[in-house]
Amino acid sequence: MLNFFQLILIYAGIYALMAIGQNCITGYTGMLSLCHAGFLCIGSYATAIMCKTFGFSFWLSLPVAAIASGLVGLLIGIPTLRLKGDYLCIATLGLGEIIRNVATNLNPVGYNSVPRANLFGYEFASRNKLSFIILIWAFVLVFYILFQQLAHSRLGRAMIAVREDEVAAQSNGINVTKYKISSFVLGAAVGGIAGCLQTAYTLTVQPGSFTFMVSVMVLCTVVLGGMGNGKAVILGAFIIQFISYFPQLTGLTNIIPAQAKQIIYGLLLIVMMLWRPQGLLGRDKFRYGDPRTRKERLVSFFVRGKAKGGRA
Amino acid sequence: MGTLTLYMQYIVNGLTLGSIYSLIALGYTMVYGILKFINFAHGDILMVGAFIGLLIYNGLTGGEAADPGAWTLLSFFIAMIASMAFCALLGMVIERVAYKPLRNANRLAPLLSAIGVSFILSNGAAWIFGTQSRRFPYPFENEPIHIGSITVTPHQIVIVVVSVVMMFLLTFFVNRTRMGKAMRAASLDQATSQLMGINVNRVISLTFAIGSALAAVGGILASFDFRVYPSMGTMTGLKAFVAAVIGGIGNIQGAMLGGVLLGILEAVGAPLLHIPNGMKDTVAFAVLIVVLLVKPEGILGKNEREKV
Amino acid sequence: MRILETEHLTREFGGVIAVNDVDFHVEKGLVTGLIGPNGAGKTTLFNQITGLDKPTSGSIIFDGKDITGLPAWKISRLGIARTFQNIRLYKELTVVENVMMGLHFRVGQDPFHHRFTQALKSYLFASKENREVYRHAMEWLDFFELGEHAQDFAGSLPYGKQRELEIARALASEPKLLFLDEPAAGMNPAETAHLMDVVRKIRSLGVTVVLIEHDMKLVMNICDNITVLNFGMKIAEGTPNEIKHDKDVIEAYLGREEEE
Repeated sequence: MLNFFQLILIYAGIYALMAIGQNCITGYTGMLSLCHAGFLCIGSYATAIMCKTFGFSFWLSLPVAAIASGLVGLLIGIPTLRLKGDYLCIATLGLGEIIRNVATNLNPVGYNSVPRANLFGYEFASRNKLSFIILIWAFVLVFYILFQQLAHSRLGRAMIAVREDEVAAQSNGINVTKYKISSFVLGAAVGGIAGCLQTAYTLTVQPGSFTFMVSVMVLCTVVLGGMGNGKAVILGAFIIQFISYFPQLTGLTNIIPAQAKQIIYGLLLIVMMLWRPQGLLGRDKFRYGDPRTRKERLVSFFVRGKAKGGRA
Repeated sequence: MGTLTLYMQYIVNGLTLGSIYSLIALGYTMVYGILKFINFAHGDILMVGAFIGLLIYNGLTGGEAADPGAWTLLSFFIAMIASMAFCALLGMVIERVAYKPLRNANRLAPLLSAIGVSFILSNGAAWIFGTQSRRFPYPFENEPIHIGSITVTPHQIVIVVVSVVMMFLLTFFVNRTRMGKAMRAASLDQATSQLMGINVNRVISLTFAIGSALAAVGGILASFDFRVYPSMGTMTGLKAFVAAVIGGIGNIQGAMLGGVLLGILEAVGAPLLHIPNGMKDTVAFAVLIVVLLVKPEGILGKNEREKV
Repeated sequence: MRILETEHLTREFGGVIAVNDVDFHVEKGLVTGLIGPNGAGKTTLFNQITGLDKPTSGSIIFDGKDITGLPAWKISRLGIARTFQNIRLYKELTVVENVMMGLHFRVGQDPFHHRFTQALKSYLFASKENREVYRHAMEWLDFFELGEHAQDFAGSLPYGKQRELEIARALASEPKLLFLDEPAAGMNPAETAHLMDVVRKIRSLGVTVVLIEHDMKLVMNICDNITVLNFGMKIAEGTPNEIKHDKDVIEAYLGREEEE
């Protein structure tokens, strides 16, 4: 029981990281990409190769994973991001599968016994789940803050303009291509970091685990929480992982079929689109940051209703 | 065997494969023509069609044990028609439940919903039928026929004949009947055709029904060569989508042409370029992306510009 | 002084010539009207100049610089802003956020810093910059008397206000040249009157204005110069008075008089 709760926390963290990346791509910039499994795959492979073949430490392979994934994102982003909506979705789906196929052909058995991560002499062993929970959620926190700041900065504003109307964005002096690619690369890099952390936890990499289903789960996480809302995405990750581990958690693995969770994810996508397309938490209230000064914010906090500047 | 006859053989195989792609591509293209949206779940409808067809066929004949004869052939067609009816209904229900309420929503919404439908269908099938793949027994003696140095099997002939009949029926329907005209009108301009008294909702329902029925046929025909399993729709569906894009998405003749072209290309190209089996899907996806990038309007499609 | 000149500008769409060898020029500081029957190629001309579409041949000189074929965002940064015939606001964003988008390249751009340090600075001090952008945006809203709607969704504004908001967004980038594509379309007479005031106010700021419009009263009232297009070709140019009495223009609008 406790074991599965800990597993949920660990995987919710990994999926929250991926969802932060997906949210940057889909939530901010409005591009429906379906290849986060591919970025996770690149991050995992990069970590395994760096640690096993080149003897890198976990901490050194982390930026390698992020850069490798970001680079692939850049390479595939430059040609494909010209595509719109449905076409982009299908093209990225194809790219995700290509990445997986290439990885499979590169090393069909994957990697085993990757060296453990190490921090100031403390070794992160898979048994000690608590240490991983702390490690992974520390990363989630850092990236949450980084991307929240991004959302509220000039860059994030431009991304949202691109999402809302590309033509209008262009005539407002926004270089649409540049922001689309930046957002894709950033999202991909975070996916790579998630892959690195997952490898540090499982210490194995299997090409079979980076299927289309992972991409759909990540997308589901973002849609469930609320596209474009940082907090919501993390909430979504918890729910998705809770659904995923529900049979184990309740000891009903014999009764609940293995496909039940996928069916629920599918249902969730449809139900959310029909009844709550903005997600459980909806859009961020101050998408570009609170424009008020700290003093104004304090005043509005204590004197409800009198506040100016914020949408009530 | 000479090189030329070898390639003739590939082309025959490609034609068979291509006519299956064409049937499935028609569903993508018809829906896109009217709703400007890619029905992600179309590939999974094909899989459902194959499963239903197989179940009915096995129920009627007793499956593998049955000796091919008049009864098995008749059962095969009964199974096909029943499966078409089932999938037509399924397609309509899916449209009604998952797409219709989203017609005026954000452009990402129907796409996400379609991904959801696709996930439910393929995993639902895995739950009900299990993940193992099954063979679709030949309902007739499948003794190869030699024409010169080219070998043709009866099942290839059945595939091509059934496909051609279906496409002929569809062409007749779209060009000669009232409902077909309504369909063409709706794909040109929904709002105007509504003003002209066309019930656009019915037309869209019908489009999904026809597309899904054709997918069911495609699924059954495909299962002779590819076996029947829950995720069979993904790859076949995607290739059919490529075919639809190659032909010019939204264009019915284009889908037929694109399907045959892709089938031949695949059958000839794979051995010609020595593509190993493990890389076949990768190449298929790469072709998909290149087509999307280089010629998104296809051969027969028209280039639509966004009005500023 | 001419701020904008097109030379032999031509745009073909698969055999149809939408803009045919047009020499269009705009005098600095004045309001220029671009009129002509529907389908005359006015919006196409706008799209060429603002970079949303590329001309088949010919050139566009803005402020002494050849801008032919530059991407729209670069042209916008050089100082050409525009509005759209079928209003293109960010409908799901608030009114003030819309104007903030218009300020995209105006605030936080310090010519003494490298692009990268600038981006870093604007990322690290996002909330400070945000407040600054917000303040600027509010000033523009006040200029257009839209301040009270600042926190409403742009899509929820009445039609006339949406048009004005689009102008506010365009003007927020402090352009030298402002293109208005049918700004009075769908406005009631009171709104049109208000729009005329707005255009005069913009002119008094020293911004050159070019507008496409079908409302002749408005065009004749506020334009200093008028250019007339028909079937993609320039058929006349001059002051409102000259245009009023131009034979070709009358013919284009009313048709040739039947000979009896």
